[in-house]
Parts: sequence; C-alpha cells; structure tokens
Amino acid sequence: MKKKGIVAQLDSVNEYEREPIPSSKLKGLKSFIGMYAGEHTAGTEFVIGPLFVAHGVTAFDLVVGLLAGNLLAVLSWGFLCAPIAVKARLTMYFQLEKICGSRLVKFYNIVNGVMFCFLAGSMIAVSATAIGIPFGLTMPSLTDMLPNSFGWIVAVFAVGALTTVVAMFGYQQVSQFANVAAPWMILIFFAAAIAVLPQLGVNSISDFWSVANEKIWNGVPMENQSQFTIWHVMFFAWFANMAMHIGMSDLSIFRYAKKWKYGFSSATGMYIGHYFAWIASGILYALFLQQSNNSAEFAPGVVAYNAAGIAGAVCVIIAGWTTANPTIYRAGLALQSIVPKWKTWKVTLITGLVTTLAACFPALVMKLLDFVAIYGFLLMPMGAVIFIDFYVMKRFGMTDFYAEKAGIKLNWAAASAWIITLLVGLLMNIFMGVEVFFLGLPGWFVASAIYIVVSKLIQSKTYTEIAVS
Amino acid sequence: MKNLIIKIISYLALVGTIIPSILVFVGDMDIQTNKNIMGICMIIWFVTAPFWINKKSDEAVEKN
Repeated sequence: MKKKGIVAQLDSVNEYEREPIPSSKLKGLKSFIGMYAGEHTAGTEFVIGPLFVAHGVTAFDLVVGLLAGNLLAVLSWGFLCAPIAVKARLTMYFQLEKICGSRLVKFYNIVNGVMFCFLAGSMIAVSATAIGIPFGLTMPSLTDMLPNSFGWIVAVFAVGALTTVVAMFGYQQVSQFANVAAPWMILIFFAAAIAVLPQLGVNSISDFWSVANEKIWNGVPMENQSQFTIWHVMFFAWFANMAMHIGMSDLSIFRYAKKWKYGFSSATGMYIGHYFAWIASGILYALFLQQSNNSAEFAPGVVAYNAAGIAGAVCVIIAGWTTANPTIYRAGLALQSIVPKWKTWKVTLITGLVTTLAACFPALVMKLLDFVAIYGFLLMPMGAVIFIDFYVMKRFGMTDFYAEKAGIKLNWAAASAWIITLLVGLLMNIFMGVEVFFLGLPGWFVASAIYIVVSKLIQSKTYTEIAVS
Repeated sequence: MKNLIIKIISYLALVGTIIPSILVFVGDMDIQTNKNIMGICMIIWFVTAPFWINKKSDEAVEKN
C-alpha cells in the first residue's frame, strides 16, 4: 500500500515535457534567484577555484578575467536564452525536435544526457571526498584517473543514491532543497576563506593583495599542469555553462519564467558562485598546499574540512548534491525525449545510476576544466541552430520549425551545422593549436552560418520538388 | 509569531556562521572555536530554515 502510494506520487510528477507551460505554473523571480545562486555555488566551485591555483593563474588575471567572463555569461542567459524560453515555453528538447526532427534529436539527446551524467558525476565525486573523511578514505590525487579503493566506490554510491532519489521527485523538490541550502552554503564559502586568511599571512585587508600574488595565485603552475592566462580565465568563466545559455539547455528552466528579464537572475549564480566562491575555494586550497607541503592529493572535502571543520565537509556534500540534482533532472529530460512514454522518475532513476557509475572515476574531477569546456562546445551548435531558427529563418524567407512543418525526421541543415562545427573545432584544435576553452566563440558563428546556408539549399529544393509534384 | 521566532533563529544561525570568522581574522577568536560555532549554526539552520523558506516560496508560486 505504501509502495503503491509512492509510485502514484512519482507518476503524478508532470513536468510538461511536450507541451507549453500553462500560465498557472509560472514562477516568480525568487525561484530563479534561489535556483541559480544554489546551483552555481556548488561542488564544482570547490574544484574549479583550486584548479585555477594549480594552473598558475595570477591574482590580477583571476579577478579581472572572472569579472569579464561572468558578465558575458549573464548577458548570454539574459539576451540569448531567456527571451526564447518565455516566448516558446517549451523544453529545449521538444523545441529542438520541431526544428531538427526526431531522429537527430534522439542522437543529440543521448550525447546531451551522457554529458549531463558526467557533469553530475563529478559533483557526486566531490561530495564523496567529504563523506570519506570520517572513514579515513584514501583520497584521489591530481594524477588519479581510476577509482583508487573499494571505499571510494562505496562513498560515491552512497551520495549517488541519495541524489537520485531527490531528483526523482522533480523540479519543485530540487528547487526547494536548493532554496534551503543556498544561503548557508554561500556563507560557509566566505566564512571559511576569511577565517583562514591569517594562516596565509593576511592580518589586515591591506595585506591581502600582496599575499594573493605571492602565496595564492602566484602565477606558477603545479607540476604537469598548463599555464593559464587572463584569456583562459575569462573564456572559461563565460563558457563554463555554455551548454546552458548559448547552448539553450536552460530553455527548460526559463520556460517557467514570467518575464524574459529573469534571465539576468543568473547573475546571482555567476557573481556569488563563479566569482567569490571560486576565489574563496582558491584561498582554501592555497592553505591546504601550504600545510601539506604542496601535496598532489586533490580532495575538496578535505580542503573544506581543514578550513571550516564539520560545517565545511557538510558544505561540500550539500554543494555537490545541490548541483547534481538539477543536472540529473536535466539529463532525465534529455533522455526522456528518446522514450517519451516512460515516466520521468523512471528515466531519472536510470540516469542517476549511470551518473553514479561515472562518478567512481576521479578523472572527472581532475580534468574538470577541460571536460566542462568540451561539454559546452559539443552542445553549443544546437543552441546556435535554435537561435537562428527563432530569429532569422523567417526574415530570410525560410520556414522555422522546419522538421515539424515538412514532416521529416532529420533536418540535414541542423545536422550539418552540428557535425561541421565540431569538425572545424577539432581541426582548429589539432592544426592551429587553439585550446578547447576558446573554440566556442568561432564555433557559434560557424554553426549559424552553416545552418542558414544549408537550410537555404534544402528548403529551396524541397519547395521545387513540391511545385513539380 | 511562532514562524517569526523560527525565522529569527535561522537568521541568527547565519550571523553565527560569518561573524566568528571575522573575529578569527581580526585575532579575537581561535580557529577551532570558530569551527565549532559554525557546526552548531549549521544544525540550527537546517532544523529551522525548512519551516519558512519553502513555505514562503510555495505561497509565492500559488499567488502567481
């Protein structure tokens, strides 16, 4: 009886995957402010901030690069993603299906879902570094790619199971949990960083800048780590969530917004999470390096525990959890469009299992900067396709939502835009040495141009055939 | 009235999370005491905040 009740409750979760959001379900600004602040003050922040330190970023490059990059990210959400979301009020996947056809979307969704799983997996792994502290777990180091112990796998599965169960209950539950955790979590980042400053030699505010340059972001990369410049920092900050803003994945979130301007609510996540929290976690890591004589161990849970005690460790667990939840939810939506008859919770359950398996590999954490950049670039071309389809197609005398209107399952214009953009990016990376962090910007223009040109060719041909017949 | 008291306790927990760190920075508290206070405030926050944060957002959604 109890089991039936839970299943009925889960079945009743209706997230409007294949229909516009009704006006009665729209959410106010506070929901988005809470969601973005919570989601982007997260487990990954405990990794990215320290990795900037490991990559030898200077203090000036960090402060200025993050300021500019995060501004570009907010503008991308506000001007590219949110306006389309509130006009169409559809999930990104359903909108893409209308443009690209079900066959291409199914393939895209598999790629998308898998990337989300990996991203959520890295956050679960970060939480596991805190779970393992009381058990004396051997923590992974910067060079570890595979699971280093059975205990690590157990810790990952414990966090993964809990995350999946919460995600199974849908957006509302995820949002509510983020609302509770966010204010406290944000303060822990700041409080821990402020408290450890004297141990780094900062005894007054005037000491900060000199210590920052000498002991925290000293411009010297750690062994086997590449040198980062201000351009790396800026483009990484801009494109860290590229799949979500320029790539349009957050259409699924902003379709609930009453106004398109809510897109700028992402600023809470960018400037609290991707600015101050990255700086704060870098400070905590610098202290860890000082105390551990530059140890190669890389365990955000341990770093936070050293700085803030049990509250720090719990913060890492919850920070990872808060971000993993909506990411698994997004992955569930992506994979559900492949099997639309399945209930959301069943798809989320499978997604959570895949995510947890991926989380067992520390490589997801150690190579997080590269992974995040690749993930954004891989999914970005479809965001360009949606943008062009929404604003440009009719102005150029072409048909929008072409796959739906033409009754085709594969729109080769969108497929060409995606495949050729990725190939161009790969060639630029191999032959011109352009690092993955910088590929997104030229890639967007390549994808847009190809989509317009090939659409012109395909749609003209189709209309000619229709006229002849 | 009950909700107001719970809410005040929640906010005090947040204040208790950040102020001791500032006291450590200016040299008026040791780091271990700060860690202990942060742990206590964490418990207080997670016990009290769910009573009003989500209730408030639910009402906001219903009004919309």
